[in-house]
This record gives sequence, structure tokens and C-alpha cells, in this order.
Amino acid sequence: MLENYAPLLILLSLALGFTVSQVVLSEVAGRRRKNVGKGEAYECGMEPVGGARIRLSIHFYLVAVLFILFDVESVFLVLWAVAAEGFKEQGLALFVFGEIALFVFILGLALAYVWRKGGLEWDR
Amino acid sequence: MTTLEGFLIALAKTVVIFLGVVNVAALMTLAERKFSAWMQYRIGPNRVGPYGLLQPLADGVKFIFKEELTPAGANRFMFRAAPILAALPSMMTIAVIPFAPDIVIGGKNFGALTIADLDIGILYILALGGLAIYGVILGGWASNSKYSLLGSLRASAQMISYELTLILTILSVVVMSGSLNLREIVEAQSDITRWNAWNVHAMPQFVAFVLFVVATFAETNRHPFDFSECEPELVGGFHTEYSAMKWAMFYIGEYSAMTVMAALTVVLFLGGWSVPFWPDAPWYVGLAAMLAKTGCFLFLFLWVRWTLPRFRFDQLMRLGWKVFLPLALLNLVVTGAVVSLR
Repeated sequence: MLENYAPLLILLSLALGFTVSQVVLSEVAGRRRKNVGKGEAYECGMEPVGGARIRLSIHFYLVAVLFILFDVESVFLVLWAVAAEGFKEQGLALFVFGEIALFVFILGLALAYVWRKGGLEWDR
Repeated sequence: MTTLEGFLIALAKTVVIFLGVVNVAALMTLAERKFSAWMQYRIGPNRVGPYGLLQPLADGVKFIFKEELTPAGANRFMFRAAPILAALPSMMTIAVIPFAPDIVIGGKNFGALTIADLDIGILYILALGGLAIYGVILGGWASNSKYSLLGSLRASAQMISYELTLILTILSVVVMSGSLNLREIVEAQSDITRWNAWNVHAMPQFVAFVLFVVATFAETNRHPFDFSECEPELVGGFHTEYSAMKWAMFYIGEYSAMTVMAALTVVLFLGGWSVPFWPDAPWYVGLAAMLAKTGCFLFLFLWVRWTLPRFRFDQLMRLGWKVFLPLALLNLVVTGAVVSLR
């Protein structure tokens, strides 16, 4: 079944060819007249104060960690979701559903914990 | 079928679908300006070609010849790579979307109109769709501008928050269709013995449908969730420092992502190419139905943008984590219970 994936290579070469050629073309064809003012980062017309390599709000980090947590959990749910109907033939549907309900309940507990701790409050 | 023949068929399908998406993305830029003009009682672009139809072409030529600026202190490699990274994922995810059932021309079956009929189509979409964040966050960081940095941080936080809702609502559909293959998901919706009891050819997943549609708006950074480029606060957001074709690449990426998301909504929830009350419609009718349904959702993207006011960023995050995520989880469990008990 690996030949199913072959058209993806055609698509990738088309998409890469299109995007890269457009960007390169405009770099080559566009006119260039440099001066100091043009090179500066935009800051409402004023001279930029300091660089942009600054410290970030911890909130963004927290959101990323929470995302990874729930994202990894949802990978486990994918496996069940595909097979949920198939379990019925073996008479295991209710048992497996019970397990998944427990799993999601624990997931919900984690969410409730983060909620209670204030991890979801943005304006604090 | 010989190998060469198979390759030529795959090549033809790939070229047709790829050109279709790029052209729809280009025409959407015109449609956006036209619809916004009509909604605000203006005329909109009408100088280039009939009804301004050649406007995207004129814009493209202009983008190529525009002067490009690279801000001082920018990471030059990342600054160039980011627009490409932003446009690529949405162009790649189109690969698994099925547009029509088996194409039969002159008694010969050419297979379904999809680039790659993968058994893990859903996983492929989720995996590649997740990569779109890299273009946004690298572009914002590499620009060495504070507006860009803030815009890209907001955009990425928003995209990953709503990705969870997206995954969980898709999973509700997967539970009911029992497959990750998008073609089989469409067929499950037309199957009279399963979820098509009233012959409407749609997935009976109302909560998931609403959550999914709203999440697609957040995922594509569209209004009312366009905080990455919220003009009054952040100038242009992550593409503040971009100009010419690099800037346009971000927009081509955004509009093709909208196209893919609209098509995906139709495939997952509204029966894809199937036509209500006409179970054995020929493939070209199916293709027309699929395109028409997708067009409706593309119009919804524009309609919402010019109708609703923008959210505030903390409201968006609260909505995503405190309302959508629990609702999507609950919906998944209820769906699982119904499927298991049926």
C-alpha cells in the first residue's frame, strides 16, 4: 500500500516549487534601494527601543505545556475511536467504553485541577 | 492498469487539485474584497478585467516587483524560510480530501478524486496542520520586531488551544464512522444502515459540528479570532515586517488553509460529495455538490469577518479552554456511549 503515498511526493514537489520560486523570483526581480531608516524594525515611526529578543510571559509556556499534555492524551483516544464499533462484534464494547470513560474522567480531573489552580486565567 | 498509467493518473489528479486550491486561494482574496465592499455598500475592485476578476493576477505581478525589506537584526535564513513554511502545510493537507467518488469516463474507472487515498487521512491532516504554527512563530521571531513577536506568540497560543477542540470533535466523527480514511467517512454518512436514517447524508453530530466550525476560524487565524494580525493593537502581527511576495505567501497560506478547512468540514459533517435524496448520483454531480458545499463555508468565513466584532484575547483563551475543551470531551464520551450501546 506504500504506492498510496507516492502522489504526496508529487504534491510536495509542486508546492515547494511554487512557494520557493515565488519567493526567489521576487527577491531577484524586486528593486532594492537601502537606507538606514528602511532597515529598522517598525515601531510606529520612532527609533526602536531595544531589540525584540525579550523575555516572554510565562502564560505562553503554560499553554504550550497544557497543549502537549492534552494532545498526547488524545492520541490514545484515536486508537479507541477507530475501533469503537469493532469491539461490538466481540461483545467488548461496554467494557472498553467503561475504560475509556474512566480515562476521560481522569483527563477531566486534570483539567479541573488546572482550572482550580488558575492555570487557565489569562488576566492574572 | 500499468505502473505508468497509474502514475499519469496520479499526476493528473495532483496537478488538478493543487492548481484548484491555489486558484481558489487567489480568487478568495478578490472575493473577500468584493463581498466586504458589497456589505459596506461600496463597489470594490472592478478595474482589472471584467468585474475585477483579474485583480489577483495583477496583485501577483505587483508582489513580484515590489521592494523587499529585511529589518536589521533579523535572522535572515528564518526570515526567508518562514513564509514558505506557512504556505506549505495547508497546500499539503489538501492531499487527502476526497472531492468526488470514483470517476468513470467512457466506462473506465479512474478512482476517487483525491490525491492520496490514505487509511490514516485524519492523522495526516492533524500532523501536517500542526506544522502551520512553525511558519507563524518563526516568522514573528525572526523579524526582530516587537509587534511581530507578540503577534506570533498570540497566534501560536491560539492555534494550539483550538487544535485540541479540533482533534476531539474530529474524533467524535471517527467514533461514528469507525475509520480514519476520509473517503470511508463520507461513505459511512451515505450508508442507510448506519447514520443516514433520514436520507440527509450528514453526520448527526450537532455539537461537534458547531465546535468544529468555530475552531476552524481560530485555527486559520480568521476574524473574529484574528489576534495575530489585530490591526489596532499589533499593526500587522507576525507579518508586520514582511513585504512583497514573502508577505503574500502568508496570505496564500491563510486562504488555502481556509479552503482546506471548509472542504474538511463538508467531508466530516455534511456528507462530502453525496447529494440528499439522490443516492446514486453520477460523479460529476457529486463533485459539483462537494464544491458547492465548500463554497458555502468559504462564504461563511467572509460573512463572519465583515459582520461580527473581534473578541478580546483573554476571552478567546477562556472560550477555548473552559467551554470548548470540556464540551468536546463530553461530546466524545456521549458519542462513544451511544455507539457502544447501540
